[in-house]
Amino acid sequence: MTDYKVELTGLIKFFGRRLIFSGINFSFLSGNVYGISGPNGSGKSTLVKIIANLISPTKGEVVHKFSDKPIDEDSIHHFLGFVSPYLFLYDEFSAEENLIHFARIRGMKFNKDYSDLLLNELKLYERKDDLVRGYSSGMKQRLKFAFALLHNPKILILDEPTSNLDSEGKEKVYQLISEGPVRQNEEKDKLVIIASNEDADLSLCKEIIEMEKFKKQVQSK
Amino acid sequence: MKAYSLFRKDWQSEIRTRYAINALAMFILVTISVIMFSIGSEKISEYLTGGLLWVVIFFSAMSGLSRAFVSEEERGTTMTLQLIASPSTIFSGKLIFNLLLVFLMNIAITILFSILFPSFLIKNFSLFMIAFFFGNIGIAVSSTIIAAIISKAGSKGTLYPVLSFPILLPLILTLLELTKFSMDGNAVDDSLVEIAVLVCYDVIMTTASYLLFDFIWKE
Repeated sequence: MTDYKVELTGLIKFFGRRLIFSGINFSFLSGNVYGISGPNGSGKSTLVKIIANLISPTKGEVVHKFSDKPIDEDSIHHFLGFVSPYLFLYDEFSAEENLIHFARIRGMKFNKDYSDLLLNELKLYERKDDLVRGYSSGMKQRLKFAFALLHNPKILILDEPTSNLDSEGKEKVYQLISEGPVRQNEEKDKLVIIASNEDADLSLCKEIIEMEKFKKQVQSK
Repeated sequence: MKAYSLFRKDWQSEIRTRYAINALAMFILVTISVIMFSIGSEKISEYLTGGLLWVVIFFSAMSGLSRAFVSEEERGTTMTLQLIASPSTIFSGKLIFNLLLVFLMNIAITILFSILFPSFLIKNFSLFMIAFFFGNIGIAVSSTIIAAIISKAGSKGTLYPVLSFPILLPLILTLLELTKFSMDGNAVDDSLVEIAVLVCYDVIMTTASYLLFDFIWKE
């Protein structure tokens, strides 16, 4: 069994005295696409950051399991790919240099063929040697997908994945999510979590967590 | 190896942006020039030049070494690092980068002092080198962990020297003492207590920094 599972238990998050959400209990299983929806400020990005182990919940816990074995917090990044508008890559490097550095820091050998394939799929191949500083916001967003997929993660967390993208870019993202692999030997049972307000993004999801529900629940208590 | 890869990324980035190197070079030049103008043709004692050396080193470290983490925070790439490496890898990579900067910076300052101040005379060079080596490690480790702390704060510029002063004070005082000993020509054997203090400072700061970094790094 190479199942990937993320279990959220009793998640509560406060920023200062302001409650963001409370009482989130949920299990995400590999091979499925999940959505997180809600109006602006409802805590979608906060929740995905907690799932990605980027910030801590005020209460509750997030457990990542691979083949039913819990993954150590310091190792979660090996299994995780993350895309969001508030993620920034290094402007002073080219797209390929960014990917080379990321692969090496992860402790992987840089796979040039796969990197070229990803950049080609994301229509960045021709500009791969240009500094990221000169990229448009849409191109930077595409590059983030290469960053997220380069190490063949088991879980892909996408926060507003189609922001800044043109229609062709959006189609490519939907194709990556629904068809999954761009590499033949890549795992076909990724766990994908999408946080978005876009109906088109959420239409790919099997199950959707509505953040507003978790705020109301607590407020009524 | 991962930490070394992170160091390589930082070094390549520094070569392209030259933010820390330029800040350090300008600070060293300006400080030494101000000291020379204020001294004029006066002859200053050798102990005073030894003290001034560590004053320049302390404030130069304040001007350039915070970049290790502050630059990541300002560019918004802190999260990117969190997504690709464990906290210990990140701290080790940043520490290697700051170690290199500290050694380069302090070698340049010491050479400039030797050329520009005739009274800066070291009689026991090996004792000075021991103090210099362990002192640089102490400065690099302390600066790196303080940089990590202040990168999460609002007023980064003012907080760095304020927080550094109490942490670096025991180190600077020991280094001043050892520099004085090396100017007097004392033997290494006679300065073992001070050297032991220096080594203990480095070990304690390194251990505490690795333990603390996990809590500082994750919000």
